[in-house]
Amino acid sequence: MKKSILYLYLFVVTLNYSCAQDAENKVTTPENIAFSAELLIDELQIPWGMAFLPDGSMLITEKSGTIINFKNGIKTTISNVPAVYTRGQGGLLDIVLHPDYSNNGWIYFTYASEDGDEKGGHTALMRAKLKDGALYDNELLYKAGPNTTKGQHFGSRIVFDNDGYLYFSIGERGARDVNPQDITKDGGKIYRLYDDGRIPEDNPFVGQEGAKTAVYSYGHRNPQGLVKHPETGEIWDHEHGPKGGDEINIVKKGANYGWPLITYGINYSGTPITDKTEMEGMEQPIHYWVPSIAPSGMAFVTSDKYQGWKGSLLVGSLSFQYLERLTLNGNKVINREKLLSDMGRVRDVRQGPDGFIYVAIEGKGIYKLVPNS
Amino acid sequence: MALFMLPLKEKVFINLYLILNLSMNKYILPCFVGIFMICNVHSQDPDLEASIERGSEIYTDFCVTCHKGNGEGVAFTYPPLAMSDYLMGNREKSIRGIKYGQRGELVVNGVTYNNIMDPLGLEDDEIADVMNFILNSWGNSSDEMVTVEEVTIITD
Repeated sequence: MKKSILYLYLFVVTLNYSCAQDAENKVTTPENIAFSAELLIDELQIPWGMAFLPDGSMLITEKSGTIINFKNGIKTTISNVPAVYTRGQGGLLDIVLHPDYSNNGWIYFTYASEDGDEKGGHTALMRAKLKDGALYDNELLYKAGPNTTKGQHFGSRIVFDNDGYLYFSIGERGARDVNPQDITKDGGKIYRLYDDGRIPEDNPFVGQEGAKTAVYSYGHRNPQGLVKHPETGEIWDHEHGPKGGDEINIVKKGANYGWPLITYGINYSGTPITDKTEMEGMEQPIHYWVPSIAPSGMAFVTSDKYQGWKGSLLVGSLSFQYLERLTLNGNKVINREKLLSDMGRVRDVRQGPDGFIYVAIEGKGIYKLVPNS
Repeated sequence: MALFMLPLKEKVFINLYLILNLSMNKYILPCFVGIFMICNVHSQDPDLEASIERGSEIYTDFCVTCHKGNGEGVAFTYPPLAMSDYLMGNREKSIRGIKYGQRGELVVNGVTYNNIMDPLGLEDDEIADVMNFILNSWGNSSDEMVTVEEVTIITD
């Protein structure tokens, strides 16, 4: 009898140690909510990305293909936006301003595009300027190819680092065994460009025969979160896993993030993809989610507006429909908190220039988190 | 003497004897099971079979992230397709939902869902294929095949 209790104890202890991320994978709901969510912009369908203009107005991308300017309570649809391939997860995606926007006026956005000879679409990056409610000087900076009619994994998020390089992500377009591990193919990559679209000479695969030289890192699945760490200046991404295995990664030059050779996820059908979660020469995520939360949108909190939030990472959840706040100790996730439960699919989250948090929820609109006074 | 000339009782006996004997060989039985399964699949409409096959690929590309690998959906968020009273009882509405998107309240197996499904951008033939797949998977079964024409005439 005593022996069996001992075995049971040992079994439980072993089980605990074998779950590498036991504590982190439990999300808690806080007892006291220190803010209220105010609906700032209503009646949006799928608000995919948000950018804050110096005049206090906002630009919002709708997945269906429109860019909306929200100013003084009024929505205006921006004209001269390129044609968007709306199929499956494809559509108009992220939008960001150049770090020196107030001087140069450049707006960057990613979208699914049919440009090219083949049927279907692939992710494109464009920059343009805005005047009198219309885009002008549109420049196509990157168009991935070849097009495919697959409905999934276009990415995409855009971010600038402290040196002015532009990074953007493209998912593997539903060809997991073809694209992500092959640097001569688009998809399943994070790309790095100069702000005008030129490829930096010191990009990791410059000079390699056949390589897509805009590629900065590879082995990704479908990154829909890309941010700059406020202190280290490093670029962090998060990406959708299959069934389980969503990840947060720190993006390193030339690094391989392993999809689909290593993953903490399995096929949607429940069958394994691989029995490996790590391999020599491949990066480990700093955090992974099992089960998948389906992360979209990502922001570091740098303001003092919300007590105890500074330094945390906010991530939207599409599948469980909430906003997750991850508390970090350096690069380690030490706590997960569930906010805005059951309000809808959280597509994007940003900290505005005013220090407040803005959250885009599908079928609803843009919410501003207002701290309780 | 040929088998068919024997009286029924002997026929059954000999058949059983043969099966038993052959079963001794471990390779024969799986072989029989295999043949039996192939015969069963082929007893269905080959056009429907092909459509279901194409539809399973569409499902993997467009539907699986929300409705999940076994059509079970996500409780209170994304309605199930497996054994769904709504899907099996609302053929036209289901096609319309896939074709033009779905928004607002929907009661499935007694649970009210209030969510959005964006229009997926599928061609009419792809909608027919994925309908045939979901109507004939995870315990669902429908004899009447969804055709492209049926999808084409459905309007918003």
